[in-house]
Amino acid sequence: MLRDLVGLKGPKYGCGLDVCKSCTSHINGKAFNPCSVPVSKIKATDEITTIEGLANKETGELHPMQQAWLDYDVAECGYCQPGQIMAAIAKVKQARANGHEISDTDFDELRNICRCGTYFRIREAVRAGAAKM
Amino acid sequence: MHVTLADARPELLLNQLTGGSNSVRSLYTPVRTAAAIAKSRLLQTAATKWGVPTSSLTVKAGVIHHAQTGRTASYGSLAVAARSKKVEQVAVHLKDASEFKVVGTPQKRIDALAAVTGKKQFTMDLDVPNALPTMVCRPPTIKGTVKSVQNLAQVKAMPGVTDVVTISTGVAVRAQTFGQCIDAVRALQVTWNGGSVDKESDATVLAKLKAASLPLIVPPLLTKYIDAEFVFPFASNTALETNCAIADVRADSAEVWAGLKSPIDVQEEIATSLGMPVTAVKVHVITGGGSFGRKLFGDAAYEAVEVSHKIGKPVKLMWHRTDDIRHGRAHPMCYAKIRATYAAGNVVTYEQRHTSVFTDFTHGLGEALTATASKLPVGGLGFFSETVFSLSQSVPYNFGVTTQLLNEVQLDFHTGSMRNVYSPNVTCARELVVDQLAAKMGKDPMAFRRSFMKNDRFRAVLDKVAQAGDWGKAMPAGMAQGIGFHAEYKSCVAVLVEIDCRPATVNRKVRDGVTGPRITKATIAVDVGLPINPLGLQAQMISALSDGIGLGLTQSIHIKDGLPLEGSWDHYFYTRQWNAPTDVQVFVMPANSADPGGAGELGVAASLAAVACGYARATKTMPTTLPINHGTLGFEPLPRTPSIPDSPTDGLDYAF
Ligand code: FES
Ligand code: FES
Repeated sequence: MLRDLVGLKGPKYGCGLDVCKSCTSHINGKAFNPCSVPVSKIKATDEITTIEGLANKETGELHPMQQAWLDYDVAECGYCQPGQIMAAIAKVKQARANGHEISDTDFDELRNICRCGTYFRIREAVRAGAAKM
Repeated sequence: MHVTLADARPELLLNQLTGGSNSVRSLYTPVRTAAAIAKSRLLQTAATKWGVPTSSLTVKAGVIHHAQTGRTASYGSLAVAARSKKVEQVAVHLKDASEFKVVGTPQKRIDALAAVTGKKQFTMDLDVPNALPTMVCRPPTIKGTVKSVQNLAQVKAMPGVTDVVTISTGVAVRAQTFGQCIDAVRALQVTWNGGSVDKESDATVLAKLKAASLPLIVPPLLTKYIDAEFVFPFASNTALETNCAIADVRADSAEVWAGLKSPIDVQEEIATSLGMPVTAVKVHVITGGGSFGRKLFGDAAYEAVEVSHKIGKPVKLMWHRTDDIRHGRAHPMCYAKIRATYAAGNVVTYEQRHTSVFTDFTHGLGEALTATASKLPVGGLGFFSETVFSLSQSVPYNFGVTTQLLNEVQLDFHTGSMRNVYSPNVTCARELVVDQLAAKMGKDPMAFRRSFMKNDRFRAVLDKVAQAGDWGKAMPAGMAQGIGFHAEYKSCVAVLVEIDCRPATVNRKVRDGVTGPRITKATIAVDVGLPINPLGLQAQMISALSDGIGLGLTQSIHIKDGLPLEGSWDHYFYTRQWNAPTDVQVFVMPANSADPGGAGELGVAASLAAVACGYARATKTMPTTLPINHGTLGFEPLPRTPSIPDSPTDGLDYAF
């Protein structure tokens, strides 16, 4: 739906099975995987944000997490990275809602595959991005 | 200046190939030469335009200055005027290394902004008019073919479906969306002919490899010796972007878009299959979402061309993840046998026999390898394999009489090179035996390696990780350090890991995933002769480390009755965040050469070896099958028919 009909190509196909997480986007601020949600389950009032909608709409300024990704030169092929960034932002917010900053335990809950294996730089960048969020 | 990917250009012969960690090595001097020629032309152009001598001009960040008059001009503004109208031979003087301002300094990726904003375009993100989503219903066994389709008309009438057609690899469906393709593929009722390896499973393949293993020659009679054997199961080189391509085949021409590492070869194959001259086939090379050897072949491009040719319409063809693992190429299973004899503090002989299912190298090997190959003894089918093996494998230790031989078993699986090709298995087996030798000879593994190393460059990276990684530090029971070393592509690397094999770690619970031992820390030292971009080089090592962890602990393919059982990332357990180290340090050794070595694949072998050696030391058991968890199937396999699973609908339940 998102890619073929709406034409938003930021979220990537990596499995279509809710496994690889490269399509991760936000629904009402929470991370979810559109490949595994039929349109019938989306309400008219739901707000969906893909990676394309992350930067500040007026100023075009990047989200601190995107900036951290640049600062740490995280991306290799880049295919997983839109999904990684969307998941990371939600994970940081979830940790905060539970009263703490993102911890190693929280990182271990991120299921996003990065077949280029950038996991360590992702950890560094998420901490830096979180500090500015 | 923007450097872009060229379309397939047959006039480049063997020089348009990405692989063998060869890009930086092969391009370093040509790129510098081209840049120097361009710069001198631009300076001459400015000098002529302003009527001043070239020697009075200076350049800073792409802008030419003339101090006396205060005139400036950017390279861009002079580019058209500087262009040469005729082909001429010129000579340039290349800058001395002492004048380098950029080479050797950390540089960030130029496509990073596009990647993090979702704007980086991969093949499936391109809008080619009327190239509608297309997927293929595939056989229940590798290389099976279609016998008949029972419900072609019904499937053709399904929502959004425009075409259903039988092709050499299955039944292709073209529709308005990929979702509709999935529904149609799943609805197809197909009767299949058998495939090429229907009777093969892990055990039958292994039995054939063992039977074909070349004999060890040195009789273990008069000296002490170690015999060891190892099994490395199939491993998929599947990238995160699945095989995909766009094709538009017309009556007398064809146009293709795909991520390709050997585009000329693909272009020629397509031209042959369509009976068209090569000049009628345009092949656009698109940046890939990973390759790991996969994109050496144009499997998706051939399929897209076949479909488009048959239905007379453009197609945007994509493999499902399950297709990509089950029917995509894999690094073949191999069996390694080693015998080392030792006496009086020396290793007297070292023999290694590597027996592998045949690896497909039909993409060619690029100029470097192919040129050398012509000088080597030619021997039948395994010619290229033998060549790659003998050129890439060497033992970095002074081990007396040393032989490393390859033998292959001709089984018709979908195979191909996977990052670092033979080296991860060969090196891992060797380093495990090196640890055993050290133990038998009463030496510390690090000191043992150091004393047998063939040169100081090798020793320097070992020393670096030993010192920075605090080799020999006290660790709790169930934890250990492991060291791995590898030299190839005129580079070398040492990896020191810490592994936690304690029950609390091994038995961690993760939904639909495997955990097991965890690499908690890694220290890497890499020597590439001349590091061009240390930041990128470090990223390549971090990346290779993730591969080595997966290959050592969790990631393999199980073959059952002619098909891999794995069908998603929750089956094929590539390293994920919960098994990634929380502490990684990569040291880039200072330049010690005028030429850069290769590095893209370099770190995989040493990382896998370090993981395996660490595991052996932590558990006091040398692993003989890697990954260590291959013996336990950690998932429920998907059915073989339909060839792709249904899309889940409960995604919102997992929102966070
Ligand atoms: S595409 Fe893999 S989770 Fe959506
Ligand atoms: S950067 Fe390539 S898959 Fe993550």
